[in-house]
Amino acid sequence: MKGLSNPARRRRRVAIDAAMVMIILVLMVQMWLLTATLESDLAGHHGVAMPALLSTAALFGVCAFLYRLVIRVDRMQESVSATPGEQPSGPWRLDKR
Amino acid sequence: MDPKDGSSTKPAWAEEFSVYAAEDAYVQRRQFTKFLVMTSAAMVAGNAWIWLKAVTAEERTEWPEAVVARASEIAPGTVRFFSYPGPHDPCILVRRTNGEFTAFSQKCTHLSCAVYYAAARDRLECPCHEGYFSAANGRVLQGPPPRPLPQIRMEQRGDDLVAVGLVHGEGE
Repeated sequence: MKGLSNPARRRRRVAIDAAMVMIILVLMVQMWLLTATLESDLAGHHGVAMPALLSTAALFGVCAFLYRLVIRVDRMQESVSATPGEQPSGPWRLDKR
Repeated sequence: MDPKDGSSTKPAWAEEFSVYAAEDAYVQRRQFTKFLVMTSAAMVAGNAWIWLKAVTAEERTEWPEAVVARASEIAPGTVRFFSYPGPHDPCILVRRTNGEFTAFSQKCTHLSCAVYYAAARDRLECPCHEGYFSAANGRVLQGPPPRPLPQIRMEQRGDDLVAVGLVHGEGE
């Protein structure tokens, strides 16, 4: 692929893929946490609700951070791949260097 | 908007076919990641809902009393069905082979199938997915049920067996 011939771009793509995989893993942990909390609550153990909420909120923070990382790296990739004077495709606008 | 290079040639309404189905179906990495993060936010909302429910839930202390059977009418190894605390809450009263009386909600904690008493093995069994519960305290012995059967607190007054309350999570 032409896009992958550039080592810098390849590194960025790897970084994006890694971030996405981490988001998916965090999401799976959150899903498990939600079902486990629900089961505990139904069994009458109401004390686990607050720690579970704090944990899942922290995991959401990790997801949000990774999302910002994906956006930033992806935009960087767009700015590098766009030829000078040409507007990159998509609804966003990039600062010219 | 030309979907290929993003340049505006003429407004969308002026084009003959202004909807680009192929481009619309294409999901970018950013969109997919955004979807994942939104799902993560939904998980937080779900946990927040459980927490709110746990905080606002009032521990029920008052239970109705109901005579469910006469002790002399139930032979060891047999059962009697009744509803408690409401008319749509099926329960099972068991006279175990050792003569002891125990009562539980009849709904399996896995998928709410009706459990029955297996006298030969002295346990409550769910036929749907082979979940087994202890007839002594409702504890899960085997299978997919995630928690014990809710136990009905019973009192024997003379020959009457009276249901006086319900306990969740007994036997853990």
